[in-house]
Amino acid sequence: MSRVDNQTRDLAAVAMPRRQRSAQSIEAATAYLFVTPATLLLFLLLLGPAASVVVLSFTDWQFGSKTFEFIGFTNYAEMFQDDVFWTSITNTLIYVSVVVVGSVSLGLMIAMLIESRPSFRRVWRTIYFLPVTATLVAMALVFEYILHPAFGPLNEFLGLFGVEGTNWLQNRSTALLTLCGIGIWQAVGFNMVLFLAGLTAIPTDLYDAVAIDGSDSTWDRFCVVVWPLLGPTTMFVVIISCIRSFQVFDTVKVLTDGGPNRATEVLLFTMFSEGFTYFRSGYAAALTTIFLIFVLILTLVQRISIEKRIHYG
Amino acid sequence: MISPRHTKLAIGGLRHLVLAIGAFVVLFPFIWMLSASFKPPSEIYTQDVQLIPIAWTLENYIRAFSAQPLGKYLLNGVIVTFGIFAFQVLFALPCAFALAKLNFRGREVLFALIILGLLIPEYVISIPVFFMFFKIGLLNTYWSLIIPFWISAFGIFLMRQFFKTIPDDLLAAARLDGLSEIMIVWRIMAPLAVPAVMAFAIFSVVFHWNDFYWPLIMVNDAEIATPPLGIVLFSNAEAGDAVGPMMAAAVIITLPLILLFLSLQRRFIEGLTMGSFK
Repeated sequence: MSRVDNQTRDLAAVAMPRRQRSAQSIEAATAYLFVTPATLLLFLLLLGPAASVVVLSFTDWQFGSKTFEFIGFTNYAEMFQDDVFWTSITNTLIYVSVVVVGSVSLGLMIAMLIESRPSFRRVWRTIYFLPVTATLVAMALVFEYILHPAFGPLNEFLGLFGVEGTNWLQNRSTALLTLCGIGIWQAVGFNMVLFLAGLTAIPTDLYDAVAIDGSDSTWDRFCVVVWPLLGPTTMFVVIISCIRSFQVFDTVKVLTDGGPNRATEVLLFTMFSEGFTYFRSGYAAALTTIFLIFVLILTLVQRISIEKRIHYG
Repeated sequence: MISPRHTKLAIGGLRHLVLAIGAFVVLFPFIWMLSASFKPPSEIYTQDVQLIPIAWTLENYIRAFSAQPLGKYLLNGVIVTFGIFAFQVLFALPCAFALAKLNFRGREVLFALIILGLLIPEYVISIPVFFMFFKIGLLNTYWSLIIPFWISAFGIFLMRQFFKTIPDDLLAAARLDGLSEIMIVWRIMAPLAVPAVMAFAIFSVVFHWNDFYWPLIMVNDAEIATPPLGIVLFSNAEAGDAVGPMMAAAVIITLPLILLFLSLQRRFIEGLTMGSFK
C-alpha cells in the first residue's frame, strides 16, 4: 500500500486538466469493452441457466425427448404428494440441525480454548482447520474404512469398553447420524476460524473490567463479556453453517447412495437422481427450484445478520 | 494450599489436554489413512487393529499407480483447476476494474446482477448447463469441466472491493501519462491486485480441486476424471477389495492441498473463509 501512497503523493503535484466530454465517452466505451465478456458469460452460464431451471420446473421435459409442454404446477403437486420428497426434506433438515448445532458449539468451544492463552495458538488452529482443506470425497473413503464393521478401528475401539458397534453406514438408524458426524468433523475448523475472528475483535480491557468487578473465572468471562459480544457472530456462523450443510451431497453419494432404504436421502441427492439417473428433467428442475428458494432465504437472513454484526462490531 | 500460580499452570495444562483430545479426533482419519497406506493386506484385513504398521510396505502406492491412472487424475486436476482459474481472472479483472473505477451507464444494474449471481450454487445450474454441453457435443471433455466456471461472481465481487481501495489519483495520473485504459489495467492495476488475486486463487483452486458433483455429472471417462471422481471410480471398480491402494490414492490426492495449506496457512484460512463475509 505504501507504494501506492508514495506514487499518489508524487503525482498529486502534477496539475490536472479538466476532463473533457470526449474523455468521458472514451471511458464509457472502455468500460463496456471490459464488462461485456464477463456480462455475456454471466447470463450464459449463471443467470440464464438459473432462470431456465425455474421455467423448466413448469414443464414435463425429460432429457432426450425433443418436445415438452407446459404443465403448470403439476411437478410441484406431484412432489408434495411424494413420500420420497418429504423423506428427503426431513433428512436434510435433520442433517442441517445436527451438523449446525454440533459444529457451531464445538467450534465456539475450541476457539475459546485456543484464544484463552497465547501458547501454541497457531499449532492448534492449523490442526483443527486441516479437514476444511482436505478433499472430502477421499476422506469419506477413509471414514468408510474406519467405520467398517469387520476390520475398522472404530468398532474395535468401542469393543474395548464392551460397547458393541454396528454397521454404521448400512444401519437405518445410524446412517444419517454417521454422515452428520463426518459433516461436523469437516465443519468445526471452519466455524472455529470465524469465531476466532469474532473473539479477537473483543477489546481486552473488557476482560480487565470484569476482573476488577471480582469475577475472574472463565465462566464469568464467558457470560459477561464473550457471549453478549459474540451473539451476532454466532448468529452469522449458524447461518453460514446452515447454507453449507444444506448442500450435503458428496458423502451421501459416495458412502450410502441415499440408503439404506432412503435413510440418507437428502435434497440434493434426490435432485441428482431424478435429474441425472432417471433424467426426469422437469421434475428435477422443480426440486432444484425448491433448493434455490431455501438457499435464497438463508442468504437473505445472512445479509441481515452481517448488517447486525457490523453494528455490534 | 494451592497457590494461584499452580492453579494457573493447571488450567493451562487442562487447556492443552482438552485441545489435544479434540485434535486427536480431528487428525485420526489422516493418521489412519497414512498408516493404512503403508500396511500390507495381512495387517488391514484383520480384527487385530494396529495404529502403526508392523511391516511397512510401499506396495499400496505401487498398486495405486498401476491399477488406475492416478497420475492422469492428478494431471487432470491441475489442467481443470488451472483452466478455470486463469480464465476466471482474465474475465473478472477488467470487469471488476470497470465496476470499481469507470463511469458508465448500467454500472449499478450490472453490479446488482453480480450480487444475484453470487447466490447461485453450481447445483442449481447443472441441468440446463448439462443439456447445453450435450447439445454442443462437449460432454466428457475438459471443456465441460472448465467453461461453466469461467464466470465467477465471487471473483468479480472480491476484486471490485479491492479496486475500490485504490486511490483515484493514481488512475488519473496514469491517464495523464498517456496510458490507454487497457494498459492501465494490465500494467498498473493487475500488479496491484496480486494479493486479491492470490486470495481468490486459493478459494478457486481448493473448491475445484475438491469438487465432486460437477465432474460426476459431466464426465464418465477415467481419462478426463479429476482426482475426486477418479478415486470414486476406482473405489467402485475394486468393490472394497483394495483398501490399502485406496488409502494410498487418498493420500496422494489430498496431499497437494494439505502441503499448500501447511506452507501458506494464513492466506489459506483467509482465502477459504472470506467467502462467508461476502
